[in-house]
Amino acid sequence: MDDFLAARSQMALSLGFHIIYSCIGMVMPVFMAISHYKWIKTQDPVYKNITVAWSKGVAIFFATGAVSGTMLSFELGLLWPGFMKHAGPIFGMPFSLEGVAFFIEAIALGLFLYGWNKLNNWVHWTAGVIVGISGVASGILVVSANSWMNSPSGFDFVNGQYINIDPIKAMFNKAWFSESLHMIIAAFSATGFAVAGIHALMIYRKKNIAFHTKAFKIAIIFGAAAAILQPFSGDLSAKNAAKRQPAKLAAMEAYFHTQEYAPLVIGGIPDTAAKKVNYGLEIPGLLSFLVHDNFKTQVNGLDKIPVKNQPPVAVTHYAFQIMVGIGVLMMLMGGIYFYELWKKKDLLSKPWFLKTFIWATPLGFIALEAGWTVTEVGRQPWIIQGVMRTSEAVTPMPGIQYSFYLFSFIYFSLSVAVIFLLKRQIQMVPELYDRKTAQP
Amino acid sequence: MMLYIVILFLFAAITLYFLLGGADFGAGIIELFTSTDNKHRTRNIMYQAIGPIWEANHMWLIITVVVLFVGFPVIYSEMCIYLHIPLLVMLLGVIARGTAFSFRNYDAIKDEKTQAFYTHIFVYSSFVTPLFLGIIAGSALSGQIDPKATDFLHAYIFSWFNWFSVSVGFFTVALCGFLAAIYIVGETEDVDEIKRYIRKAKIMNIAAVICGALVFLASHFEHVHLASWIFGNPVSLVSVIAATISLVVLYLIISHRRNRQWIRVLAAFQVCMILISVGFSRFPRFVIFKDGSSMSLLTEHANSNSIDDLGIGLLVGSLFILPALGYLYYAFKKKDR
Repeated sequence: MDDFLAARSQMALSLGFHIIYSCIGMVMPVFMAISHYKWIKTQDPVYKNITVAWSKGVAIFFATGAVSGTMLSFELGLLWPGFMKHAGPIFGMPFSLEGVAFFIEAIALGLFLYGWNKLNNWVHWTAGVIVGISGVASGILVVSANSWMNSPSGFDFVNGQYINIDPIKAMFNKAWFSESLHMIIAAFSATGFAVAGIHALMIYRKKNIAFHTKAFKIAIIFGAAAAILQPFSGDLSAKNAAKRQPAKLAAMEAYFHTQEYAPLVIGGIPDTAAKKVNYGLEIPGLLSFLVHDNFKTQVNGLDKIPVKNQPPVAVTHYAFQIMVGIGVLMMLMGGIYFYELWKKKDLLSKPWFLKTFIWATPLGFIALEAGWTVTEVGRQPWIIQGVMRTSEAVTPMPGIQYSFYLFSFIYFSLSVAVIFLLKRQIQMVPELYDRKTAQP
Repeated sequence: MMLYIVILFLFAAITLYFLLGGADFGAGIIELFTSTDNKHRTRNIMYQAIGPIWEANHMWLIITVVVLFVGFPVIYSEMCIYLHIPLLVMLLGVIARGTAFSFRNYDAIKDEKTQAFYTHIFVYSSFVTPLFLGIIAGSALSGQIDPKATDFLHAYIFSWFNWFSVSVGFFTVALCGFLAAIYIVGETEDVDEIKRYIRKAKIMNIAAVICGALVFLASHFEHVHLASWIFGNPVSLVSVIAATISLVVLYLIISHRRNRQWIRVLAAFQVCMILISVGFSRFPRFVIFKDGSSMSLLTEHANSNSIDDLGIGLLVGSLFILPALGYLYYAFKKKDR
């Protein structure tokens, strides 16, 4: 494995790992705050128990997310010093604000986790809400830093020099809104479905039904609503990519030849050498319509991009297909949930319904990782779109593959540990949480 | 002007990370050196002390890094290249320590075997992390980084693996242990416990003095003119004298076991003085190279727009952070009274 590939793999691994923990750490506090609110309002102890049980999960995920995030802030420099040397001051604004938001989140989390029986109920609740708000704010800020790499602005690049730097303009680059929106909605739908799926499993096994039913409902309402909203935000993101990153869009769609009535290709195996897609389903004109709101308008394909500036087509295309496929599935499930809720059907006694949601537990996160792959691999070979190549940014230090192996081992062990801990938390629900009064 | 505010935040963040995060590491270091029969009680006291605040304490590291890469990107990237390995080891320590501490407390089933496993990881990583933090600081200042080196060993290993850097690492570990022991003295009302922690604090202090002497010895071997740094300018000299006097005062107070809040202040003061003494003597140099050239905070900074925005961001941010942090400490300290 050469050093460049090793550095890219290590970065991908670290981000792919961090993204799961940060999304859960960002969304779970919101669920927690809802349940906590219901407890304060109704005094129904089940809600307090759910809040306490969830807060333990949040603590585990938050710690893992925080340390992997610390790791990432160093990895930017350790692996890509050539990038940080120039980009740091330009896209650093959202990072400094994120530092502040994250700090506040850590303080509020300390107050929340250890504040039971110490703080006034509403002060305590507010601490939880602040954890949620600052978590979501951190998410938006970090993603706007990433969107700057996709849509660089706030500087002029003249003769290899970065001049006229404006960090505020860089932060509010043209992609920040669509990308952050897409990420935050994805975090809510992935976490909502994952949490709901776990509680559905426990209902299916007929364990602590009252407890798990209430928990399921809070999670799925967010998950389902987010899943239904996501296609709209996805459409916004795709149009954005078409405008500023035509190579990424073309790779996503495995769209090789510029044409009018551009077809949307569903599935299929891209053959980059022959510049065609085998076994795909083509819907004529649909890509033109999605990008330009008109079935006829020409869409630029990969043939307009020099080969040395093209991203890997197959990976980007597969990842995009997986994301969209799962997204559609989750949207349908969300629709079914709301429809049956509206019809006032007793869904949670139906095994087919529970089974569907149990199967869907990991789906959101698979889609999330796939989407992240689309945005990162689709930007290659650039680290700053059109300005700096990833290969120019990599550290001169040799032997990066050993660090990659080491981190693969660490992240693998941490994932195993977190799953193990989560299993034990769920296993202990009857003893620890679903009682008259849970011990925080 | 804004540049000085940013530099002030950088040093404040480093100092606070040392005083607060360092004490957290110290908690693990003390646990590592506590006899088995006392381990359980020590752990409980320390858990109560650092449980609610450890996440916040470690945010100072994030602030430090962000200020470095936004405000001083060239310094940050050079450090990342030549100190890649110690930074990596330190980060592994951060990961292992943070997760092990959380997992130990939030494992729903507290069986002995897994708890012992988490504890193992926690105490050893609590030792390794400040060791490498010290090594990084020592390497940045000691002039062992050689950008002209052509082979792997000289470029990426000897830049940090040398007598001076490693002795600074051990000195850091001892100081963290000392801080933690002193902080914990104020956490308990039990007279026997207090005695025990005072003894620990004294041992850690002796260890720090020995390690400090080693640093001086190593500086001689590595041709680092540490003595002239510290005694060569009035501010550093006064800081060192102040640290020494506060050590004597600390010993007097500690032996009477009174004014436990003052002990904390004095210990923190001592560590601050050591940091100021070294920091001031090297200022504005932040990284010094083998050929005697250096990277200065006053010249290797980002463009003025980025510095201004960073400074404003930090000032506004601290309006939120400091009161919140104050409330966090207050909320968990008032319980004893």
